[in-house]
Amino acid sequence: MMPDLGKYAVAVLGSYGAGLGLLLAIVGLTIWQGARMRRALAEVEARAGQGGQDG
Amino acid sequence: MSIWEYANPKKFMQTSAWALPWVSGAAAVCLVTGLVWGFFFTPDDFRQGSTVKIIYLHVPAAMMAINAWVMMLVTSLIWIVRRHHVSALAAKAAAPVGLTFTLIALVTGALWGQPMWGTWWAWDPRLTSFLILGLFYLGYIALWAAVDNPDTAADLTGVLCIVGSVFAVLSRYAVNFWNQGLHQGASLSMDAEENVADVFWVPLVVCIVGFILLFVALVLARTRTEIRARRLAALVARERMA
Repeated sequence: MMPDLGKYAVAVLGSYGAGLGLLLAIVGLTIWQGARMRRALAEVEARAGQGGQDG
Repeated sequence: MSIWEYANPKKFMQTSAWALPWVSGAAAVCLVTGLVWGFFFTPDDFRQGSTVKIIYLHVPAAMMAINAWVMMLVTSLIWIVRRHHVSALAAKAAAPVGLTFTLIALVTGALWGQPMWGTWWAWDPRLTSFLILGLFYLGYIALWAAVDNPDTAADLTGVLCIVGSVFAVLSRYAVNFWNQGLHQGASLSMDAEENVADVFWVPLVVCIVGFILLFVALVLARTRTEIRARRLAALVARERMA
């Protein structure tokens, strides 16, 4: 299944490792920051007795 | 129905809540399909060998690094001219995504360049302007973080975005302007003498669509977070005054 990358295996696998790692990092960071902000806002809105503005 | 309706945070939150799962799902499908297709089911290039597989990450990331800055420029101009807060927040939200795409393009470019050019890096016009674009992304993010007043931060970063657009344009057209350096010209140009073969082109287009959709999904999600952060700050300020 794994293609024969020959003498360029390090360059190709390194590129995919770094590229996918960075993509996963920004997706993970976005989800984490979003969840943290949603929780913080829900707490303050509950204290203030207000509903949220989003769907 | 006007596009300016989405300048209303409530309208933006409602519409993006509906759109986000669809855009995210489509991005995941395109990226997985394009990358698996490109990595496992395309042949080696007769000159570049298996390193041609790097194209599926390098080219879409480089394209979106430049296009993200263009999107930030448009939304910054909308803020400067029409003072729509969602527009400024969308520009702020796009910067870390654009920086990530720039880093992917630089890292995969270095890993590709070493076996093909015999060097990780050269002070070539395109590479250098791309590095400067990356530094502009860092400066843009740092400026948002450094200024407390959000409207002042949006004004200052808007101006920085206009200045940085010079390097976004240079990153795209440096090869044409100077006609020198190691980096080749566009691989997907309609009028190029030498375009990539169809066997590489089709999965590459799927990856490009995947990167575009991923960018849209991330910017929507991050803009929603920025709008919530703005509302949180307003509620906390109101609590303190009470």
